[in-house]
Amino acid sequence: MALKIVKGSIDRMFDKNLQDLVRGIRNHKEDEAKYISTCIDEIKQELKQDNIAVKANAVCKLTYLQMLGYDVSWAAFNIVEVMSSSKFTYKRIGYLAASQCFHESTDVIMLTTNQIRKDLSSPNQYDTGVALTGLSCFVTPDLARDLANDIMTLMSHTKPYIRKKAVLIMYKVFLKYPESLRPAFPRLKEKLEDPDPGVQSAAVNVICELARRNPKNYLSLAPLFFKLMTSSTNNWVLIKIIKLFGALTPLEPRLGKKLIEPLTNLIHSTSAMSLLYECVNTVIAVLISLSSGMPNHSASIQLCVQKLRILIEDSDQNLKYLGLLAMSKILKTHPKSVQSHKDLILQCLDDKDESIRLRALDLLYGMVSKKNLMEIVKKLMLHVDKAEGTTYRDELLTKIIDICSQSNYQYITNFEWYISILVELTRLEGTRHGHLIASQMLDVAIRVKAIRVFAVAQMATLLDNAHLMTGNVQRKGICEVLYAAAWICGEFSEHLDNPMQTLEAMLRPKVATLPGHIQAVYVQNAAKLFATVLKNQEGNTEGTAAQETSQLMIDRLPLFVQSANLEVQERASCILQLVKYIQKLQQKDVEVAEEVNALFAGELNPVAPKAQKKVPVPEGLDLDAWINEPPSESESEDEQPKAIFAKEETKHSRPRHTEVDEKELARRREVRKQEQASNPFYIKASPSSQKVYQEAPGVDHIPVVQIDLSVPLKVPGLPMSDQYVKLEEERRQKDRVDKKKKEKKKRKEKRGGRGKKHDSGPESEEDITPAHMVDIVTEEMPENALPSDDDDKDPNDPHKALDIDLDKPLADSEKLPVRSHRAAEALKSPAEDGDAESAASQEPKKKSSKEKREKKKDKERKKSKDEKKKKKHRHEEKGEDLLGGHADEPVVQSEETSEVAAPPASNTAEVSDLDFWLSNAPVPSNSQEAATLPAAEAASVPETASGTAPDSEPDEPKDTEPEETDKKSSKHKKKKQKKEKEEKEKKKKKKHHHHHRHSDGGAEESVQNGTVEEEEEPLPPMSNYCLLAENSYIKMMMEDADQENDIQGNLQDGSQVVVSVIFENKCDSFLKSMEFNVLDSLNSKLQRAEGSGPHDGLTVPFQLPLGVSNEARFVFTVQSIVMPQKLKGTLTFIVKNEDSSTHEKLDFKLHFTCSSYLITTPCYSDAFAKLLESGDLKCSSVKLERVIMPFHHLLARICFHHHFSVVERVDSCASMYSRSIQGHHVCLLVKTSGQTVTIDAKCDEPTLLGNVLDEIKQTFSQC
Amino acid sequence: MIKAILIFNNHGKPRLSKFYEHYSEDTEQQIIRETFHLVSKRDENVCNFLEGGMLIGGSDYRLIYRHYATLYFVFCVDSSESELGILDLIQVFVETLDKCFENVCELDLIFHVDKVHNILAEMVMGGMVLETNMNEIITQVDSQNKMEKSEAGIAGAPARAVSAVKNMNLPEMPRNINIGDISIKVPNLSSFK
Repeated sequence: MALKIVKGSIDRMFDKNLQDLVRGIRNHKEDEAKYISTCIDEIKQELKQDNIAVKANAVCKLTYLQMLGYDVSWAAFNIVEVMSSSKFTYKRIGYLAASQCFHESTDVIMLTTNQIRKDLSSPNQYDTGVALTGLSCFVTPDLARDLANDIMTLMSHTKPYIRKKAVLIMYKVFLKYPESLRPAFPRLKEKLEDPDPGVQSAAVNVICELARRNPKNYLSLAPLFFKLMTSSTNNWVLIKIIKLFGALTPLEPRLGKKLIEPLTNLIHSTSAMSLLYECVNTVIAVLISLSSGMPNHSASIQLCVQKLRILIEDSDQNLKYLGLLAMSKILKTHPKSVQSHKDLILQCLDDKDESIRLRALDLLYGMVSKKNLMEIVKKLMLHVDKAEGTTYRDELLTKIIDICSQSNYQYITNFEWYISILVELTRLEGTRHGHLIASQMLDVAIRVKAIRVFAVAQMATLLDNAHLMTGNVQRKGICEVLYAAAWICGEFSEHLDNPMQTLEAMLRPKVATLPGHIQAVYVQNAAKLFATVLKNQEGNTEGTAAQETSQLMIDRLPLFVQSANLEVQERASCILQLVKYIQKLQQKDVEVAEEVNALFAGELNPVAPKAQKKVPVPEGLDLDAWINEPPSESESEDEQPKAIFAKEETKHSRPRHTEVDEKELARRREVRKQEQASNPFYIKASPSSQKVYQEAPGVDHIPVVQIDLSVPLKVPGLPMSDQYVKLEEERRQKDRVDKKKKEKKKRKEKRGGRGKKHDSGPESEEDITPAHMVDIVTEEMPENALPSDDDDKDPNDPHKALDIDLDKPLADSEKLPVRSHRAAEALKSPAEDGDAESAASQEPKKKSSKEKREKKKDKERKKSKDEKKKKKHRHEEKGEDLLGGHADEPVVQSEETSEVAAPPASNTAEVSDLDFWLSNAPVPSNSQEAATLPAAEAASVPETASGTAPDSEPDEPKDTEPEETDKKSSKHKKKKQKKEKEEKEKKKKKKHHHHHRHSDGGAEESVQNGTVEEEEEPLPPMSNYCLLAENSYIKMMMEDADQENDIQGNLQDGSQVVVSVIFENKCDSFLKSMEFNVLDSLNSKLQRAEGSGPHDGLTVPFQLPLGVSNEARFVFTVQSIVMPQKLKGTLTFIVKNEDSSTHEKLDFKLHFTCSSYLITTPCYSDAFAKLLESGDLKCSSVKLERVIMPFHHLLARICFHHHFSVVERVDSCASMYSRSIQGHHVCLLVKTSGQTVTIDAKCDEPTLLGNVLDEIKQTFSQC
Repeated sequence: MIKAILIFNNHGKPRLSKFYEHYSEDTEQQIIRETFHLVSKRDENVCNFLEGGMLIGGSDYRLIYRHYATLYFVFCVDSSESELGILDLIQVFVETLDKCFENVCELDLIFHVDKVHNILAEMVMGGMVLETNMNEIITQVDSQNKMEKSEAGIAGAPARAVSAVKNMNLPEMPRNINIGDISIKVPNLSSFK
C-alpha cells in the first residue's frame, strides 16, 4: 500500500506543479498563449486520472490560470471532486478554486450541499473553517436555505475560530435567504457579547452591515451598542459601531443627544486617527439629525471643525483628503462654521493631488455668497487656465457652473458678468461640457429678461467667430455652445444691433460642418432672423434691401437642403420654399414683414424639467391599458430593434423635443387654467405650489475629446469677465453711499423684484443689490403636482428583502429547515400526521421549494393576521386573554425550534427599554464611567415608573404590560407616553405653588440614582428647586418675579457650574428686559458675554407675559469647590402695564452648596471597595437623631439632594458614592437603627466632606 | 464590505485577484487593467483613495491602495468601511505576508499565490473583515501549514526532493526584488495591536 502511494507520487513528480507552471509562463514570454494552451491540455489529461493528488495539483494550476483571465468553468466538476477529498491539503485547494470561479449559475454547486454539510460538522476545525471560507464566496439561495441551520449551530461552537467565521458568514446567508434572519437573529445578538473579541467583532460587523441597509429595525439594539462603544477597546469594532450610530441617528434624534458626549470624549482622548475621523463623522451626522440647536452643540461643531482643520493641515495627504470630505458634510447644515476656513480650502485648490483639489472644489460650492462669488469664480477661472488634463478642467468647469447657478442663481448679482464668464469658458479646449454651457446660456437668456440685450450681443459675436470653434475637429464638444448662441440670436433678434451681419454669419458654408442638430437650429433661427431683418428693412422703405436679403436666403439655403441630416433638410427645404414665396410677393411690392413675423410670434416660458412627470393621471385613464389590440408575439419581437432606433434618435435631438414639449405643455396648461377658472368648485392652487427646479444636466451623450492645444485660443472682441469684478466693486461702493443718503431721507430702497426671495444670507449680503433689475422667471409646474421625487429604489436590491422586523416574536413557521431522517418520520404516530407532513415539506427538495416557500408565506400572513386580531382582543378585555395567550405562544415542536424561538417577552421589554433609555436625555457621564452607565440605567428601569411619576394615573401599568410590539403599538405607546408626560407637566404646574416640584432635571436624577430595589411605598415628591427670592410686598397689584434655583455641576468642565433659574410672573402685567447680575467673588464668577465688563448684567433671553414661567441657565466658573458659597445678585426688570411701565429690582442670594458640586456617578461595588482600601481617603462621620422615615426614603433623599448613587444596600445599611466636578471621590456608609442614622464618610478632601455632611444633616433636620 | 482585493505589479501584471462578487473572467481582467491605469498614474505623494473606476462600484465604492516597491495592493470597498481602517488592514496584510514568507518579495507572491490566498482567507472572508490581529492570523496559518505537512508525510518526500532538484537546476532565484519598505508610516497602526 505504502509502496503504491510512493509510486503514485513518483509518477507525480514529473508532472508540473504550480511553480513549474509559473516558471514556464515566465520563460515563454513571446508565445505565452500557446504555452498556456498546451498546459491546459496537460491539465485536462491530469484531471482524467484517478489519483486525487494529481487532480488537486491540476486544480491548483487552474486557479492560477483563472487569475490570468482563463475560463476554467469546464473543470467545475473536478473542483468538486477535489473539494470532497478527505485530506485537508486537497480540500483546501478545492475550496480555493471553487471560491474563485463558482457563482450562482454554476450548476454543480447543488452537488456540494452534502459535502459542505459534512465538512461543517467535521471534527477538524480547519476543515470547517475552509468550508466556511469557501462557502462565503459562492453561497447560493439553495445552499443558504439548506445550510442555514448547520451554520447557526456553528455559531455556538466551542472554538472561537469557528464561531467568528460562522457569525460572519451569516450575513451572506441572510442576503441569499432572508427568511433565516429572524430565527438566527437572537443568537447573533448574543454573539455581540461573546467573550472572544474576534467573535464579537464579527457579530458587530454583521449587524452593522445589516443595519446600514435597514437601520430602523436595529434601533432597539442601540443601548447594547452604546455599552459596547463605551467598553470596547478594539478600534476596529469601535469604528464599526460609531459608523452604525451614524446611520441610526437620523431615525432617532434622542439617540444623537445621548451620543454627543461620549463621542466628544473619544475625540479628545483617542490617538488613532481613523477612530477620531469616524467620531467626527458621526458627530456631524448627529448634529445634522438634531434640528433644534442646543447651546452646547455649537461647541461640538466647533470641535469638529477644529479637528478637521488639523486633519486638513496635516502633511499626510490621506488625512487632508478625509478632512475635506467630512468638512463638506458639515457644510450642508452649518455653512457658517466652514466658511471661516475659506483660506484653507482655497489653498487646497493648489494642491498637487487631484483628488484633494476635487474635494476642495466640492466645498467651495457651499461656501459662496453674494459677496464672494465673483472672487471665488475668478480664482477658479485662473485654475482653469492653469489646469493640465481635461478631466480636472472639465470638473472645474462644471463646478463653476454649479456654483453660479445654484439655488436659482441666488448668488449672482450681475448677470452680465455671468454671461461673460460663460463666454470665456467657451474658449476652453477639448471640454466635453459645451452643452452644459449652452444650457446655462439658454436658461439665463430666457429667464433673466433684463440680460437679453447683452446676451444677444455676446452671442452674435460668438456666432461671428464661430469658425474658431469649428475649425478644429477636437473642439467638437464646445460647438454645442453655438446651438445656444443661434437660438438666442434668433429668438431675441429684436435686440440685435446688426441682424443682417448675424444672419450672414449663420448662413456661412462652414456651418455645414457642424453636427446636425446644431445646423437645424441654425436654419430655424436664420428664418427668425430673416423675419426681423425684413421688418427693419421694410420700415426703412428700402424695397431692394429686403429683396436682397431674400435672395441671400435663397442662395444659401440649398446648402442645407442637401444635408444628410433629415431634420436639417426638412427645415431648410420648408423655409426655402417659404422664402421663395415671400420673394414672389416682394416682387409684387407686397408688404410681408408682419406676416412673416407672425410665424414666430409668442413667447416661451420655462417649464420645470419634471413638470410632465408630475401631472397627475386623470381619473379613469389607465395608462397600462392597450389602446389597440395587443400585437402578436412575433410582431413585438420585430418591434424591438425599431424601439432602439427611436431611442437613439431622440437622444440626438433631445433639446428640440423638449422645446416642443414646453410649448405643448404651456398650451395645455392655459386650457386647463381656463377650465378651472370657470369651474366654481375648483380651489385654485396658491402660487407657492409652483416649485423651482434646477436643471439636471445629462452629460453622457457627448463624446469624450482628449486633446490639448498648446496655444490657448482667444475669441476676439469679447469682454473679459475680470473687468466686472472691478466694476462690481465700484458699483457696490456707490450703492453703499447711495443707500446711506437714501436712508437719511428715510426712503425705503426698493430691491429688484425677484421671482423668489432668498433671505438666508447674512444681513450684510442683503445690502448688495443686483446690478440690473433682474427678473428670474420661475419655472412652471402643473397644478397639483408634487415636487418631491418618488423614491425609486432599486427593486433588485438584495438588501430590500432583509427589511424585516426583528422584534416580533418568532412564528412557528419561521424555523429554519432542518434535515430529518425518513426513519424518524416513519416512527411518528398517525395523530402527528400534520406535523410529519410539514416536516416532510421542509426536507430540501429542489422541485417543491418554491411552492413550499409560498405556502410558508401564506401561513405567516395568516398567523400575523391572527396575532393582530388577538391583540385587539386583548386590549379590549384585559386579563381574559388566556385563550389568546395560548395560541400566541410558539408551540414548541422539536428541540430545534425551542433553540431557535426567542421568548417574546424579552423582545418587548427591549423596545420599551429603548424608549426609556432614549427619553432619559443627556445624562452626565464621562468616558470612564460611561461604561457602567447603561447598565445602571437598565437596572433602574423598574423604579423609574414610580420614580418619575410617583402618583401617575393607573394607566401606567398598561405601558409595561408585555405587548406585541410591532410598529403600530410602539407608535401608539410613544403617543401615550407623550400624553403622560404632558399630564405630569400639568401636575407639576399645579404643585408648583407649594414649592414641591419635579423639574425635568430632578426627575432624571432620581431615575439615575435608582435607589431602591423593592418599593414598599411610593417616594414622596422631592424637589431641587428652592425659593431664591420673591417680592410680593412692594406695589400692591404689581408683578412678582419669583425665582427658584437649582444648581448643578457641569461635567464637561471641572470648574463650571450651571445654575437654572425659573422665573415666574405672578402679577398680571407684562415683564420684560430682565437683567440678571451677580456680584462676582474671588472664587466664583458669572460667565458673561464676551466684551462685557465684570459688573454688567446678563440679559435673560425671554420676556414674561402674565402667568407664564420660564427657565434660564447661567454658567458660573468656580475655582475652589470645597467650601459652600453665597453670591449676592440682583434682577432688574421692567413691568409693563397698559398705560405705564416701571423699573423694578429684586435682590437675591445664590447659595452654592457643596452638594451642588457633586455629580451623581454610578460606581460598581468592587471599584468602590478598591477605593476604600486605597487609603487615600480621609474619614469623618455624622449622626442624625430622630429621623422618622423609611430607610429607602432616606437614601432617596440623599441621592436626590446631594447627588449620590447607591453602590450597595444590605438591609438597613447602604454604601453610597459620588464625585465632585473636580474629581474628588466621596463615599458614604449609611446605617440606621431605630430613629438614629449614622453616616460614616470618606473623601480625599476633608473640608469638602465636612461641608457635605453638614448639608446632609441640614436636609434631615428640616423634616 | 470589501468588493475586491487586487495585487498587481508596477506593470499591471496581476499577482493576486480576489473578487467577492462574481464577474466573468473577461470583466475581471478589465477591472484589473482599469484599476491599474487609475492607480499607476498617481504620484507617490498623493492620497491613497480614489473614487472607483467605471467597472467596479459606483458612487458608494472607493479604491484604497498602497504601493510597496514593485507591488500595488488595492482594496475596493464601500462606504461601510473606514478608509483609514482599510489602510491599516493593508499594512497588516503586508506585514503578515512578510512574516509568513520571511522577508517577502514579489517572487513569493508569483510562485505561491495559493499561500497568499490562504493567508488572505484568514483576514477577510466573503468581503468582510475577519481578523485584524496579525499574531492570530499567523497562528492559524501556521497550524494549517503544519497539518498540510503532516498529511504529506512519506508521500510528500519524493515530491519535495524533486522540487529541490528542480530549483537547483535553475539559475538562482533572485530574492532581491524585495517588497520594499513595509514600515510605511500609517497614522494609526498602533490601533490594531
